[in-house]
Amino acid sequence: MKLLELTINQIHQGLKKKEFSALELCKEYLNAIRDKDKKILSFLKINEDRSLSQAEEIDKSIAKGEEINRLAGVPCAIKDNILVKDIECTAGSKILEKYIAPYDATVVKKLKEQKAVMLGKTNLDEFAMGSSTENSAFGPTHNPHDLSRVPGGSSGGSAAAVAANISCYSLGSDTGGSIRLPASFCGVVGLKPTYGAVSRYGLIAFASSLDQIGPFAKTVEDCKIVFDAIKGKDEMDSTSVDLISHPRMPFSDKDLNKKFQISNLKIGVPKEYFVKGIDLEVEKIIKGAIKKYEEAGAKIEEVSLPNTEYALPAYYIISPSEASANLARYDGIKYGYSERQNKDLLDIYLESRGKGFGPEVRRRIMLGTYALSSGYYEAYYLRAQKVRSLIKNDFEKVFKKVDVLMAPVSPFLPFKIGEKIEDPLSMYLVDIYTVSINLAGLPALSLPVGKVGDLPVGLQIIGKPFEEDIILETGNFFEKKYGN
Amino acid sequence: MISKEEVKHIAKLARLGLTEKETEKFQKELSPILDYVEKLKKADISKAEAISHPFKIENVVREDKVGKDKTDSRKLIELAPEIKEGYVKVKSILK
Repeated sequence: MKLLELTINQIHQGLKKKEFSALELCKEYLNAIRDKDKKILSFLKINEDRSLSQAEEIDKSIAKGEEINRLAGVPCAIKDNILVKDIECTAGSKILEKYIAPYDATVVKKLKEQKAVMLGKTNLDEFAMGSSTENSAFGPTHNPHDLSRVPGGSSGGSAAAVAANISCYSLGSDTGGSIRLPASFCGVVGLKPTYGAVSRYGLIAFASSLDQIGPFAKTVEDCKIVFDAIKGKDEMDSTSVDLISHPRMPFSDKDLNKKFQISNLKIGVPKEYFVKGIDLEVEKIIKGAIKKYEEAGAKIEEVSLPNTEYALPAYYIISPSEASANLARYDGIKYGYSERQNKDLLDIYLESRGKGFGPEVRRRIMLGTYALSSGYYEAYYLRAQKVRSLIKNDFEKVFKKVDVLMAPVSPFLPFKIGEKIEDPLSMYLVDIYTVSINLAGLPALSLPVGKVGDLPVGLQIIGKPFEEDIILETGNFFEKKYGN
Repeated sequence: MISKEEVKHIAKLARLGLTEKETEKFQKELSPILDYVEKLKKADISKAEAISHPFKIENVVREDKVGKDKTDSRKLIELAPEIKEGYVKVKSILK
Protein backbone atom coordinates (compact mmCIF):
# COMPACT_ATOMS: atom_id res chain seq x y z
CA MET A 1 0.00 0.00 0.00
CA LYS A 2 1.33 3.41 -0.93
CA LEU A 3 0.63 5.28 2.28
CA LEU A 4 1.62 8.67 0.94
CA GLU A 5 -0.93 8.55 -1.85
CA LEU A 6 -3.94 7.87 0.36
CA THR A 7 -6.74 10.40 0.69
CA ILE A 8 -8.16 11.46 4.05
CA ASN A 9 -10.97 8.91 3.90
CA GLN A 10 -8.63 6.13 2.81
CA ILE A 11 -6.35 6.92 5.75
CA HIS A 12 -9.31 7.00 8.09
CA GLN A 13 -10.54 3.59 6.91
CA GLY A 14 -7.00 2.16 7.02
CA LEU A 15 -6.50 3.31 10.59
CA LYS A 16 -9.87 1.94 11.70
CA LYS A 17 -9.21 -1.43 10.06
CA LYS A 18 -5.70 -1.41 11.54
CA GLU A 19 -4.09 -1.86 8.13
CA PHE A 20 -1.41 0.54 9.36
CA SER A 21 -0.87 2.63 12.47
CA ALA A 22 -0.89 6.40 12.78
CA LEU A 23 2.74 6.18 13.89
CA GLU A 24 3.78 4.22 10.78
CA LEU A 25 1.97 6.73 8.62
CA CYS A 26 3.55 9.69 10.38
CA LYS A 27 7.04 8.18 10.06
CA GLU A 28 6.46 7.51 6.38
CA TYR A 29 5.60 11.18 5.88
CA LEU A 30 8.54 12.43 7.94
CA ASN A 31 10.90 10.23 5.94
CA ALA A 32 9.41 11.50 2.70
CA ILE A 33 9.91 15.09 3.83
CA ARG A 34 13.54 14.38 4.69
CA ASP A 35 14.02 12.69 1.35
CA LYS A 36 12.21 15.06 -1.02
CA ASP A 37 11.98 18.45 0.61
CA LYS A 38 15.66 19.34 0.21
CA LYS A 39 14.88 20.09 -3.41
CA ILE A 40 11.37 21.52 -3.00
CA LEU A 41 11.76 23.55 0.21
CA SER A 42 8.08 23.51 1.04
CA PHE A 43 8.62 23.29 4.81
CA LEU A 44 10.18 25.98 6.99
CA LYS A 45 9.86 23.92 10.16
CA ILE A 46 9.20 20.26 10.85
CA ASN A 47 7.62 19.26 14.16
CA GLU A 48 9.02 15.75 14.31
CA ASP A 49 8.62 15.03 18.04
CA ARG A 50 5.22 16.60 18.34
CA SER A 51 3.79 14.86 15.30
CA LEU A 52 5.13 11.47 16.43
CA SER A 53 3.59 11.87 19.87
CA GLN A 54 0.31 13.06 18.33
CA ALA A 55 0.32 9.92 16.19
CA GLU A 56 1.07 7.65 19.15
CA GLU A 57 -1.85 9.14 21.03
CA ILE A 58 -4.21 8.21 18.20
CA ASP A 59 -2.86 4.67 18.07
CA LYS A 60 -3.64 4.36 21.78
CA SER A 61 -7.22 5.49 21.17
CA ILE A 62 -7.59 3.00 18.34
CA ALA A 63 -6.12 0.19 20.47
CA LYS A 64 -8.70 0.97 23.15
CA GLY A 65 -11.41 0.65 20.55
CA GLU A 66 -12.41 4.32 20.70
CA GLU A 67 -14.13 6.08 17.83
CA ILE A 68 -11.76 8.39 15.97
CA ASN A 69 -12.49 11.51 13.97
CA ARG A 70 -12.09 11.57 10.23
CA LEU A 71 -9.00 13.79 10.44
CA ALA A 72 -7.47 11.92 13.40
CA GLY A 73 -3.96 10.80 12.58
CA VAL A 74 -3.99 12.38 9.13
CA PRO A 75 -0.72 14.26 8.60
CA CYS A 76 -1.08 17.88 7.54
CA ALA A 77 0.95 21.06 7.12
CA ILE A 78 0.14 24.63 8.14
CA LYS A 79 1.16 27.80 6.30
CA ASP A 80 3.64 29.70 8.41
CA ASN A 81 1.40 32.73 8.85
CA ILE A 82 -1.06 30.72 10.94
CA LEU A 83 -0.23 30.40 14.63
CA VAL A 84 0.45 27.03 16.24
CA LYS A 85 1.01 27.50 19.96
CA ASP A 86 4.62 27.30 21.20
CA ILE A 87 6.05 26.93 17.70
CA GLU A 88 7.87 29.56 15.65
CA CYS A 89 5.66 31.51 13.27
CA THR A 90 7.73 33.58 10.88
CA ALA A 91 5.27 34.65 8.15
CA GLY A 92 8.30 34.11 5.89
CA SER A 93 9.86 37.26 7.35
CA LYS A 94 13.10 38.08 9.07
CA ILE A 95 11.16 40.44 11.32
CA LEU A 96 9.40 37.42 12.91
CA GLU A 97 12.27 34.94 12.62
CA LYS A 98 12.34 34.15 16.33
CA TYR A 99 8.69 34.75 17.13
CA ILE A 100 7.05 31.92 19.09
CA ALA A 101 3.27 31.79 18.75
CA PRO A 102 1.68 32.37 22.17
CA TYR A 103 -1.66 30.79 21.19
CA ASP A 104 -3.33 28.58 18.59
CA ALA A 105 -5.20 30.04 15.64
CA THR A 106 -8.86 28.97 15.72
CA VAL A 107 -8.36 26.76 12.65
CA VAL A 108 -5.41 25.06 14.37
CA LYS A 109 -7.40 24.59 17.56
CA LYS A 110 -10.15 22.96 15.52
CA LEU A 111 -7.72 20.62 13.77
CA LYS A 112 -6.12 19.73 17.10
CA GLU A 113 -9.55 18.85 18.48
CA GLN A 114 -9.89 16.50 15.52
CA LYS A 115 -6.50 14.99 16.49
CA ALA A 116 -4.79 15.99 13.29
CA VAL A 117 -1.05 15.31 13.08
CA MET A 118 0.70 18.56 12.24
CA LEU A 119 3.94 17.79 10.43
CA GLY A 120 5.18 21.35 10.24
CA LYS A 121 4.93 24.88 8.94
CA THR A 122 5.16 25.71 5.26
CA ASN A 123 6.96 28.36 3.25
CA LEU A 124 5.26 31.48 1.89
CA ASP A 125 5.94 34.86 0.37
CA GLU A 126 6.81 37.23 3.21
CA PHE A 127 3.56 38.18 4.99
CA ALA A 128 1.73 36.38 2.15
CA MET A 129 2.66 39.15 -0.28
CA GLY A 130 3.54 37.60 -3.61
CA SER A 131 2.56 35.16 -6.33
CA SER A 132 5.60 32.88 -6.45
CA THR A 133 6.88 32.18 -2.89
CA GLU A 134 10.13 33.82 -4.01
CA ASN A 135 9.56 36.63 -1.52
CA SER A 136 10.18 34.35 1.47
CA ALA A 137 13.10 35.57 3.58
CA PHE A 138 14.14 31.91 3.84
CA GLY A 139 14.45 31.08 0.14
CA PRO A 140 11.99 30.11 -2.61
CA THR A 141 9.90 26.94 -2.79
CA HIS A 142 10.25 24.93 -6.01
CA ASN A 143 7.38 23.50 -8.05
CA PRO A 144 7.38 19.69 -7.62
CA HIS A 145 6.33 19.27 -11.29
CA ASP A 146 9.38 21.21 -12.51
CA LEU A 147 11.95 22.28 -9.94
CA SER A 148 13.11 25.22 -12.04
CA ARG A 149 9.67 26.80 -11.78
CA VAL A 150 7.71 28.57 -9.04
CA PRO A 151 4.90 26.82 -7.16
CA GLY A 152 2.80 30.00 -7.23
CA GLY A 153 2.15 32.02 -4.14
CA SER A 154 1.81 33.09 -1.61
CA SER A 155 0.88 29.68 -0.11
CA GLY A 156 3.49 27.95 -2.32
CA GLY A 157 4.84 25.71 0.43
CA SER A 158 1.41 24.38 1.38
CA ALA A 159 0.53 23.60 -2.25
CA ALA A 160 3.91 22.05 -3.10
CA ALA A 161 3.85 19.82 0.00
CA VAL A 162 0.51 18.30 -1.04
CA ALA A 163 1.59 18.00 -4.68
CA ALA A 164 4.79 16.18 -3.66
CA ASN A 165 2.83 13.81 -1.35
CA ILE A 166 4.77 14.96 1.69
CA SER A 167 1.62 16.21 3.39
CA CYS A 168 -1.86 14.73 2.99
CA TYR A 169 -3.51 18.14 3.09
CA SER A 170 -2.55 21.62 4.20
CA LEU A 171 -3.88 25.02 5.15
CA GLY A 172 -3.12 28.23 3.31
CA SER A 173 -4.49 31.75 3.17
CA ASP A 174 -5.85 33.70 0.21
CA THR A 175 -5.90 37.51 0.01
CA GLY A 176 -5.77 37.96 -3.77
CA GLY A 177 -5.27 34.40 -5.05
CA SER A 178 -2.76 32.94 -2.60
CA ILE A 179 -4.56 29.59 -2.33
CA ARG A 180 -5.95 29.30 -5.86
CA LEU A 181 -2.80 30.25 -7.76
CA PRO A 182 -0.44 27.76 -6.05
CA ALA A 183 -3.16 25.08 -6.22
CA SER A 184 -3.34 25.68 -9.98
CA PHE A 185 0.45 25.78 -10.46
CA CYS A 186 1.01 22.64 -8.36
CA GLY A 187 -1.96 20.64 -9.67
CA VAL A 188 -3.81 20.21 -6.38
CA VAL A 189 -7.29 21.24 -5.24
CA GLY A 190 -7.50 24.54 -3.33
CA LEU A 191 -10.51 26.27 -1.83
CA LYS A 192 -10.75 29.96 -1.01
CA PRO A 193 -13.86 30.15 1.18
CA THR A 194 -16.37 33.00 1.35
CA TYR A 195 -15.14 35.94 3.42
CA GLY A 196 -16.27 35.12 6.96
CA ALA A 197 -16.73 31.37 6.43
CA VAL A 198 -13.53 30.56 8.33
CA SER A 199 -12.21 32.40 11.38
CA ARG A 200 -9.11 34.52 10.81
CA TYR A 201 -8.17 34.53 14.50
CA GLY A 202 -4.49 33.62 14.67
CA LEU A 203 -3.81 34.34 11.00
CA ILE A 204 -1.09 36.98 10.74
CA ALA A 205 -3.01 39.84 9.12
CA PHE A 206 -2.12 41.08 5.64
CA ALA A 207 -5.31 42.78 4.36
CA SER A 208 -8.10 42.08 6.80
CA SER A 209 -11.06 42.73 4.50
CA LEU A 210 -9.68 40.24 1.95
CA ASP A 211 -7.83 37.50 3.91
CA GLN A 212 -9.36 34.03 4.22
CA ILE A 213 -7.91 30.69 5.38
CA GLY A 214 -8.65 27.61 3.28
CA PRO A 215 -7.49 24.07 2.49
CA PHE A 216 -5.29 22.41 -0.11
CA ALA A 217 -5.86 18.72 -0.79
CA LYS A 218 -5.42 15.93 -3.33
CA THR A 219 -9.14 15.68 -4.00
CA VAL A 220 -12.27 17.80 -3.83
CA GLU A 221 -13.68 15.46 -1.20
CA ASP A 222 -10.63 15.99 1.03
CA CYS A 223 -10.95 19.74 0.56
CA LYS A 224 -14.55 19.51 1.66
CA ILE A 225 -13.65 17.45 4.77
CA VAL A 226 -11.02 19.98 5.87
CA PHE A 227 -13.24 22.97 5.07
CA ASP A 228 -16.05 21.48 7.18
CA ALA A 229 -13.61 20.98 10.05
CA ILE A 230 -12.36 24.58 10.10
CA LYS A 231 -15.43 26.63 9.11
CA GLY A 232 -17.94 28.43 11.31
CA LYS A 233 -18.48 31.38 13.58
CA ASP A 234 -15.82 32.18 16.13
CA GLU A 235 -16.21 34.74 18.90
CA MET A 236 -12.57 35.73 18.36
CA ASP A 237 -13.29 36.94 14.80
CA SER A 238 -16.24 39.31 14.56
CA THR A 239 -16.40 38.93 10.78
CA SER A 240 -16.88 35.14 10.95
CA VAL A 241 -20.35 33.69 10.40
CA ASP A 242 -22.11 30.40 10.87
CA LEU A 243 -22.68 28.42 7.73
CA ILE A 244 -25.82 26.47 7.37
CA SER A 245 -25.39 23.51 5.08
CA HIS A 246 -26.97 24.58 1.88
CA PRO A 247 -30.41 22.98 1.82
CA ARG A 248 -30.83 23.07 -1.94
CA MET A 249 -27.90 20.89 -2.92
CA PRO A 250 -26.20 19.30 0.07
CA PHE A 251 -22.87 17.64 -0.54
CA SER A 252 -22.92 13.98 0.18
CA ASP A 253 -20.47 11.35 -0.91
CA LYS A 254 -23.11 8.63 -0.86
CA ASP A 255 -25.82 9.96 -3.09
CA LEU A 256 -23.78 12.18 -5.31
CA ASN A 257 -25.69 13.24 -8.42
CA LYS A 258 -29.02 12.49 -6.81
CA LYS A 259 -29.78 15.93 -5.51
CA PHE A 260 -27.01 17.72 -7.32
CA GLN A 261 -27.22 17.31 -11.05
CA ILE A 262 -24.87 18.79 -13.56
CA SER A 263 -27.79 18.91 -15.99
CA ASN A 264 -29.49 21.44 -13.70
CA LEU A 265 -26.42 23.61 -13.42
CA LYS A 266 -26.12 26.99 -15.10
CA ILE A 267 -22.51 27.94 -15.71
CA GLY A 268 -21.47 31.48 -16.56
CA VAL A 269 -18.28 32.08 -18.52
CA PRO A 270 -17.11 35.68 -18.04
CA LYS A 271 -15.85 36.96 -21.39
CA GLU A 272 -13.44 39.40 -19.73
CA TYR A 273 -11.43 36.41 -18.47
CA PHE A 274 -10.62 35.18 -21.97
CA VAL A 275 -8.90 38.15 -23.52
CA LYS A 276 -5.56 38.96 -25.10
CA GLY A 277 -2.65 38.08 -22.85
CA ILE A 278 -3.86 34.65 -21.79
CA ASP A 279 -1.58 31.71 -22.62
CA LEU A 280 -3.32 29.95 -25.51
CA GLU A 281 -2.58 26.48 -24.12
CA VAL A 282 -4.17 27.49 -20.81
CA GLU A 283 -7.20 28.86 -22.61
CA LYS A 284 -7.58 25.62 -24.59
CA ILE A 285 -7.54 23.46 -21.46
CA ILE A 286 -10.00 25.67 -19.59
CA LYS A 287 -12.40 25.79 -22.55
CA GLY A 288 -12.05 22.03 -22.93
CA ALA A 289 -13.03 21.50 -19.30
CA ILE A 290 -16.06 23.78 -19.65
CA LYS A 291 -17.04 21.79 -22.74
CA LYS A 292 -17.11 18.61 -20.62
CA TYR A 293 -19.68 20.25 -18.37
CA GLU A 294 -21.70 21.21 -21.40
CA GLU A 295 -21.59 17.64 -22.67
CA ALA A 296 -22.87 16.49 -19.27
CA GLY A 297 -25.91 18.71 -19.74
CA ALA A 298 -24.95 21.91 -17.96
CA LYS A 299 -26.18 25.11 -19.51
CA ILE A 300 -23.27 27.32 -20.51
CA GLU A 301 -23.80 31.02 -20.89
CA GLU A 302 -21.33 33.76 -21.76
CA VAL A 303 -21.64 36.55 -19.22
CA SER A 304 -20.00 39.92 -18.71
CA LEU A 305 -18.33 41.40 -15.64
CA PRO A 306 -17.72 44.84 -17.15
CA ASN A 307 -15.60 46.24 -14.31
CA THR A 308 -13.07 43.38 -14.39
CA GLU A 309 -10.29 45.62 -15.75
CA TYR A 310 -10.47 47.74 -12.58
CA ALA A 311 -10.13 44.83 -10.17
CA LEU A 312 -6.34 44.57 -10.15
CA PRO A 313 -5.68 48.32 -9.77
CA ALA A 314 -8.34 48.52 -7.01
CA TYR A 315 -6.74 45.52 -5.30
CA TYR A 316 -3.31 47.16 -5.45
CA ILE A 317 -4.71 50.18 -3.65
CA ILE A 318 -6.85 48.40 -1.07
CA SER A 319 -4.55 45.55 -0.06
CA PRO A 320 -1.38 47.64 0.44
CA SER A 321 -3.42 50.26 2.32
CA GLU A 322 -4.70 47.65 4.75
CA ALA A 323 -1.25 46.06 4.92
CA SER A 324 0.45 49.35 5.76
CA ALA A 325 -1.91 49.69 8.73
CA ASN A 326 -1.68 46.04 9.80
CA LEU A 327 2.11 45.97 9.62
CA ALA A 328 2.50 49.11 11.71
CA ARG A 329 2.61 46.78 14.72
CA TYR A 330 6.10 45.54 13.84
CA ASP A 331 8.01 48.33 15.50
CA GLY A 332 10.99 46.64 17.14
CA ILE A 333 9.45 47.28 20.55
CA LYS A 334 6.65 44.79 21.22
CA TYR A 335 8.01 41.68 19.51
CA GLY A 336 10.08 40.58 16.56
CA TYR A 337 13.36 41.81 15.11
CA SER A 338 14.78 44.84 16.87
CA GLU A 339 17.72 47.12 16.08
CA ARG A 340 18.38 48.84 19.37
CA GLN A 341 22.10 49.49 19.82
CA ASN A 342 22.63 53.09 21.07
CA LYS A 343 19.54 54.32 19.33
CA ASP A 344 16.65 56.58 20.17
CA LEU A 345 13.05 55.45 19.77
CA LEU A 346 12.57 56.70 16.21
CA ASP A 347 15.76 54.96 15.08
CA ILE A 348 14.51 51.69 16.53
CA TYR A 349 11.36 52.01 14.44
CA LEU A 350 13.16 53.04 11.27
CA GLU A 351 15.94 50.48 11.40
CA SER A 352 13.99 47.51 12.77
CA ARG A 353 11.41 47.95 10.01
CA GLY A 354 13.89 48.96 7.33
CA LYS A 355 16.03 45.88 7.93
CA GLY A 356 13.39 43.44 9.17
CA PHE A 357 11.05 43.69 6.16
CA GLY A 358 12.03 42.39 2.73
CA PRO A 359 11.74 44.36 -0.56
CA GLU A 360 8.17 43.40 -1.53
CA VAL A 361 6.74 44.05 1.93
CA ARG A 362 8.42 47.44 2.06
CA ARG A 363 7.10 48.20 -1.43
CA ARG A 364 3.53 47.43 -0.34
CA ILE A 365 3.86 49.42 2.87
CA MET A 366 5.10 52.37 0.78
CA LEU A 367 2.23 52.01 -1.72
CA GLY A 368 -0.36 51.75 1.04
CA THR A 369 1.06 54.66 2.99
CA TYR A 370 1.06 56.73 -0.21
CA ALA A 371 -2.56 55.85 -1.03
CA LEU A 372 -3.72 56.72 2.47
CA SER A 373 -1.64 59.86 2.87
CA SER A 374 -3.11 63.32 3.07
CA GLY A 375 -4.00 64.67 -0.37
CA TYR A 376 -4.17 61.24 -2.02
CA TYR A 377 -6.78 59.47 0.09
CA GLU A 378 -9.74 60.42 -2.09
CA ALA A 379 -7.98 59.92 -5.39
CA TYR A 380 -6.77 56.45 -4.45
CA TYR A 381 -8.26 54.71 -1.43
CA LEU A 382 -11.77 56.12 -1.53
CA ARG A 383 -11.97 55.65 -5.31
CA ALA A 384 -10.81 52.05 -4.96
CA GLN A 385 -13.46 51.38 -2.31
CA LYS A 386 -16.10 52.66 -4.71
CA VAL A 387 -14.75 50.56 -7.54
CA ARG A 388 -14.90 47.61 -5.14
CA SER A 389 -18.68 47.97 -4.93
CA LEU A 390 -18.89 48.12 -8.74
CA ILE A 391 -17.03 44.82 -8.94
CA LYS A 392 -19.23 43.26 -6.29
CA ASN A 393 -22.36 44.45 -8.14
CA ASP A 394 -21.09 42.87 -11.38
CA PHE A 395 -21.00 39.49 -9.66
CA GLU A 396 -24.38 39.97 -7.99
CA LYS A 397 -25.92 40.70 -11.36
CA VAL A 398 -24.54 37.62 -13.13
CA PHE A 399 -25.36 35.38 -10.18
CA LYS A 400 -29.02 36.16 -10.76
CA LYS A 401 -28.67 34.26 -14.03
CA VAL A 402 -26.13 31.51 -13.30
CA ASP A 403 -25.18 29.18 -10.41
CA VAL A 404 -21.41 29.24 -10.80
CA LEU A 405 -18.78 30.97 -12.92
CA MET A 406 -15.88 29.23 -14.63
CA ALA A 407 -12.61 30.87 -15.60
CA PRO A 408 -8.87 30.22 -15.55
CA VAL A 409 -7.09 30.73 -12.23
CA SER A 410 -4.23 32.51 -13.97
CA PRO A 411 -3.54 33.50 -17.57
CA PHE A 412 -0.07 31.95 -17.22
CA LEU A 413 1.58 28.59 -16.68
CA PRO A 414 4.01 28.22 -13.75
CA PHE A 415 6.91 30.52 -14.66
CA LYS A 416 10.63 30.13 -14.04
CA ILE A 417 12.11 31.05 -10.68
CA GLY A 418 13.64 34.51 -11.16
CA GLU A 419 11.58 35.31 -14.27
CA LYS A 420 9.33 37.99 -12.78
CA ILE A 421 10.85 38.83 -9.43
CA GLU A 422 12.69 41.93 -10.66
CA ASP A 423 9.55 43.42 -12.20
CA PRO A 424 6.86 43.85 -9.50
CA LEU A 425 4.10 44.86 -11.91
CA SER A 426 4.54 41.76 -14.09
CA MET A 427 4.25 39.65 -10.92
CA TYR A 428 1.04 41.47 -9.92
CA LEU A 429 -0.50 40.66 -13.31
CA VAL A 430 -0.32 36.92 -12.52
CA ASP A 431 -3.26 37.50 -10.14
CA ILE A 432 -5.46 39.26 -12.66
CA TYR A 433 -8.18 36.53 -12.55
CA THR A 434 -8.17 35.96 -8.80
CA VAL A 435 -8.27 39.33 -7.03
CA SER A 436 -11.87 40.24 -8.01
CA ILE A 437 -13.11 37.28 -6.03
CA ASN A 438 -11.49 38.57 -2.83
CA LEU A 439 -12.81 42.09 -3.42
CA ALA A 440 -16.31 40.60 -3.72
CA GLY A 441 -15.73 38.12 -0.86
CA LEU A 442 -16.83 35.11 -2.92
CA PRO A 443 -15.84 31.43 -2.56
CA ALA A 444 -13.77 29.90 -5.37
CA LEU A 445 -12.20 26.54 -6.05
CA SER A 446 -9.06 25.83 -8.04
CA LEU A 447 -9.40 22.45 -9.70
CA PRO A 448 -6.68 20.71 -11.74
CA VAL A 449 -8.20 20.04 -15.18
CA GLY A 450 -5.21 19.39 -17.41
CA LYS A 451 -1.55 19.86 -18.14
CA VAL A 452 0.66 21.55 -20.69
CA GLY A 453 3.64 19.22 -20.77
CA ASP A 454 4.40 18.68 -17.07
CA LEU A 455 2.75 21.88 -15.98
CA PRO A 456 -0.70 21.76 -14.38
CA VAL A 457 -3.57 24.09 -15.22
CA GLY A 458 -6.31 24.97 -12.76
CA LEU A 459 -9.95 25.78 -13.50
CA GLN A 460 -11.44 28.41 -11.23
CA ILE A 461 -15.01 27.68 -10.14
CA ILE A 462 -16.52 30.74 -8.50
CA GLY A 463 -19.68 30.53 -6.39
CA LYS A 464 -22.26 32.71 -4.71
CA PRO A 465 -21.50 33.76 -1.13
CA PHE A 466 -21.56 30.76 1.23
CA GLU A 467 -22.24 28.29 -1.57
CA GLU A 468 -19.00 26.39 -1.09
CA ASP A 469 -20.96 23.14 -1.29
CA ILE A 470 -22.07 23.90 -4.82
CA ILE A 471 -18.64 24.76 -6.20
CA LEU A 472 -17.24 21.68 -4.45
CA GLU A 473 -19.94 19.47 -5.97
CA THR A 474 -19.30 21.04 -9.35
CA GLY A 475 -15.60 20.31 -9.06
CA ASN A 476 -16.25 16.83 -7.74
CA PHE A 477 -18.13 15.94 -10.92
CA PHE A 478 -15.14 16.65 -13.15
CA GLU A 479 -12.66 15.00 -10.82
CA LYS A 480 -14.70 11.79 -10.55
CA LYS A 481 -15.32 11.58 -14.27
CA TYR A 482 -12.10 12.86 -15.83
CA GLY A 483 -9.54 13.03 -13.00
CA ASN A 484 -6.92 10.37 -12.53
CA MET B 1 6.97 60.05 -11.86
CA ILE B 2 7.03 60.20 -8.08
CA SER B 3 9.77 62.49 -6.79
CA LYS B 4 12.63 61.52 -4.52
CA GLU B 5 11.32 63.91 -1.89
CA GLU B 6 7.93 62.22 -1.99
CA VAL B 7 9.51 58.80 -1.52
CA LYS B 8 11.39 60.13 1.50
CA HIS B 9 8.23 61.68 2.92
CA ILE B 10 6.24 58.44 2.51
CA ALA B 11 9.06 56.38 4.04
CA LYS B 12 9.06 58.69 7.02
CA LEU B 13 5.28 58.34 7.44
CA ALA B 14 5.65 54.56 7.15
CA ARG B 15 8.58 54.52 9.61
CA LEU B 16 10.81 52.73 7.12
CA GLY B 17 14.49 53.54 7.24
CA LEU B 18 15.76 53.76 3.65
CA THR B 19 19.27 54.28 2.35
CA GLU B 20 19.85 56.74 -0.48
CA LYS B 21 20.16 53.83 -2.91
CA GLU B 22 16.90 52.28 -1.69
CA THR B 23 15.14 55.61 -2.06
CA GLU B 24 16.15 55.75 -5.71
CA LYS B 25 15.10 52.14 -6.22
CA PHE B 26 11.64 52.81 -4.75
CA GLN B 27 11.27 55.87 -6.93
CA LYS B 28 11.86 53.70 -10.01
CA GLU B 29 9.67 50.82 -8.82
CA LEU B 30 6.70 52.72 -7.44
CA SER B 31 6.19 54.94 -10.49
CA PRO B 32 5.01 52.23 -12.94
CA ILE B 33 2.73 50.75 -10.27
CA LEU B 34 1.19 54.16 -9.57
CA ASP B 35 0.77 54.69 -13.32
CA TYR B 36 -0.98 51.32 -13.54
CA VAL B 37 -3.47 52.10 -10.75
CA GLU B 38 -4.29 55.37 -12.55
CA LYS B 39 -6.56 53.12 -14.63
CA LEU B 40 -9.12 53.51 -11.87
CA LYS B 41 -9.72 57.09 -13.02
CA LYS B 42 -11.60 55.69 -16.02
CA ALA B 43 -14.16 53.87 -13.87
CA ASP B 44 -17.54 55.55 -13.49
CA ILE B 45 -17.93 55.81 -9.74
CA SER B 46 -20.53 58.58 -9.78
CA LYS B 47 -23.22 56.29 -8.36
CA ALA B 48 -20.98 53.83 -6.51
CA GLU B 49 -20.98 53.42 -2.77
CA ALA B 50 -17.61 53.04 -1.02
CA ILE B 51 -17.35 49.68 0.75
CA SER B 52 -14.71 48.54 3.20
CA HIS B 53 -15.79 44.88 3.35
CA PRO B 54 -17.51 42.52 0.92
CA PHE B 55 -20.44 42.06 3.29
CA LYS B 56 -22.11 44.22 5.86
CA ILE B 57 -20.04 44.22 9.02
CA GLU B 58 -21.65 44.79 12.39
CA ASN B 59 -20.05 45.75 15.64
CA VAL B 60 -19.89 42.90 18.13
CA VAL B 61 -19.78 43.84 21.79
CA ARG B 62 -19.15 41.87 24.95
CA GLU B 63 -18.71 42.56 28.62
CA ASP B 64 -15.26 43.99 29.40
CA LYS B 65 -14.01 41.23 31.70
CA VAL B 66 -10.46 40.11 32.45
CA GLY B 67 -9.68 36.71 30.96
CA LYS B 68 -8.96 33.72 33.18
CA ASP B 69 -5.57 32.74 31.83
CA LYS B 70 -2.74 34.77 33.34
CA THR B 71 0.09 32.78 31.75
CA ASP B 72 -0.81 34.03 28.28
CA SER B 73 -0.19 37.67 29.16
CA ARG B 74 3.20 36.75 30.60
CA LYS B 75 4.03 34.89 27.38
CA LEU B 76 3.10 37.95 25.35
CA ILE B 77 5.33 40.24 27.42
CA GLU B 78 8.22 37.82 27.14
CA LEU B 79 8.16 38.18 23.36
CA ALA B 80 9.37 41.78 23.68
CA PRO B 81 13.04 42.43 22.87
CA GLU B 82 13.55 44.23 26.19
CA ILE B 83 11.50 43.83 29.35
CA LYS B 84 11.82 45.10 32.89
CA GLU B 85 9.78 43.85 35.87
CA GLY B 86 7.05 42.47 33.65
CA TYR B 87 6.82 45.57 31.46
CA VAL B 88 7.93 46.19 27.89
CA LYS B 89 10.92 48.54 27.95
CA VAL B 90 10.85 51.51 25.59
CA LYS B 91 13.66 54.00 24.98
CA SER B 92 13.13 57.36 26.60
CA ILE B 93 11.34 59.89 24.43
CA LEU B 94 11.98 63.05 26.46
CA LYS B 95 15.56 64.09 26.76
